[in-house]
Amino acid sequence: MSNYAHRLKISNDINTDYIISGRYKFKIQDEKELAKHIFEDVEEDFHKRIKPGDFLVAGENFGCGSSREQAPIALKASGLRAVVAKSYARIFYRNAFNIGLCLVECETNYIDDMDELDLDLEQNILKNLSKGVNIEIKPIPRIMRKFLDMGGVIEYFKEHGGFDDIV
Amino acid sequence: MRQTIAEKILSEHSGKRARAGDIVIANVDFCFGQDGTSGIIIDSFRKLGVENVFDKDRFSIVIDHSAPSPNIGVSAIHAKIRKFSQEQDVRLFDIGQGVCHQIIPESGYVTCGDLVLGADSHTCTYGAINALSTGVGSTDVAIALAGGKNWFKVPETIKVVADGELPKGVYSKDVILYIIGNIGADGASYRSVEFYGDVIDDFSVDARFTISNMAVEMGAKCGLMAADKKTLAWLKKHALREPRPVEADEDAKYAETLEYDMSELVPQIACPHTVDNVHGIDEMLGTPIDEVSIGTCTNGRLEDLEIAARILKGRKVAHGLKLIVTPASKRIYLDALKKGYIEIFVEAGAVVNNPGCGPCVGTHQGVLADGENALSTANRNFKGRMGNPNANIYLASPATAAATALEGEISDPREHSRRLS
Repeated sequence: MSNYAHRLKISNDINTDYIISGRYKFKIQDEKELAKHIFEDVEEDFHKRIKPGDFLVAGENFGCGSSREQAPIALKASGLRAVVAKSYARIFYRNAFNIGLCLVECETNYIDDMDELDLDLEQNILKNLSKGVNIEIKPIPRIMRKFLDMGGVIEYFKEHGGFDDIV
Repeated sequence: MRQTIAEKILSEHSGKRARAGDIVIANVDFCFGQDGTSGIIIDSFRKLGVENVFDKDRFSIVIDHSAPSPNIGVSAIHAKIRKFSQEQDVRLFDIGQGVCHQIIPESGYVTCGDLVLGADSHTCTYGAINALSTGVGSTDVAIALAGGKNWFKVPETIKVVADGELPKGVYSKDVILYIIGNIGADGASYRSVEFYGDVIDDFSVDARFTISNMAVEMGAKCGLMAADKKTLAWLKKHALREPRPVEADEDAKYAETLEYDMSELVPQIACPHTVDNVHGIDEMLGTPIDEVSIGTCTNGRLEDLEIAARILKGRKVAHGLKLIVTPASKRIYLDALKKGYIEIFVEAGAVVNNPGCGPCVGTHQGVLADGENALSTANRNFKGRMGNPNANIYLASPATAAATALEGEISDPREHSRRLS
């Protein structure tokens, strides 16, 4: 399993149009095909760098803009283990956990492109193996963690018939 | 007591006293999707294993983003939406009816005090009519469709007070662009925004929609306004259900209060490639523009078309400039026809699209070429938004758009305001 960090040239306010352009979200319904076009408008061929298990690293307000669920779907289909950012836009945040994509919230200034990372959700630690430092991550809210563990909100809803257990 | 509008609406819909930070399960009054998001709503709904939508009168789909279809892939999605709508016997607004954020309130599905979920980020638009409406992903709408409920985190609220009297030639679009420039693209993240002040009171309901529409551009969950006589008169004309106006308590707890005096505001421009990159028009005058788009869920309403038509009347758009006008709904289109605005646009050299999202989403009806600059009345100027990552998008009011269309470069609409007054 690969575990490299990938950074785009832009760091903050990466919107869902950049994650997957409106041109493709309408046209392509196959998730793997969609994954071949992530970040195409901001950095050509970015998708080719990502191997299963890798991390995408960004700054503030990741996933702002359009509510398109194709954005987290395409990121998940690209094989990413998790997105690591300082903060997230709210619609994207819900969408990601709803479809079982892990989002990690922490300081990302000290993660460089191609650093090797290891995520420990039990200890709430992101290990930067290349730099030999442990980064504390904000605990994932209980409700989101449950969705993540079950593979998404649909699986959770089907099993529990609603959300009464988590409120 | 001590509750904001969002806390009150979520309390009323969850049966629990909701305070900022709480998680509640709340009943949804209405939900919908558009053609870019409904394919996944349908897939998710099927995966949930539920046979019928919880209430066929509380869900609708609007085909607006790529309508009529520009390619085979989109046509397949549209066909899937039509089939599902028929099977479930839910109301479908097919091509040419207009943008969801105009049609949904115009058709009466939203009223004061409602909780509305839409699979489109600009669902926050109906905050202008005192509804807590918010954009979510497709799967969250599917969940609501299955049982009429979803879970909500109760947001903190920022109170924005816009006082003063706006100068001539300055509009609600300028007000909200200025506020977004000030607060920033994530300055209201996860929060509700309540808008107050003389400026809001003076605006028509059309102009207020423009403000609430863009609340998401500063990260907000919703952009709420209190209901006044204008709101209630508007709802009397449109709404299918009785309004339940919700006011914040006088001692409501706000995360922050921001006060602005808008008396000296100048027309504002959001420059490439972020919505919070806002500058006064003086700094941008003379920027060459290749395409002007007037329309969208932000500024495609009758009042917007009227403002543009007054400036364009009897004049011609600049040589080589493409002016594209897209009314936000069929009703607006027909009203604009009756009032002669459409004739003014066509005589001036504009292309008038069918009602819908027009070129805003970059799939059709005005895709930009490499190196082109567009000035649009839309709400997003992200790189690639209008279909080409090698083009630039500037955002402004319909008045600035019309003035710019005449000159072929970013131009000050206040000169026209003086001419016309």
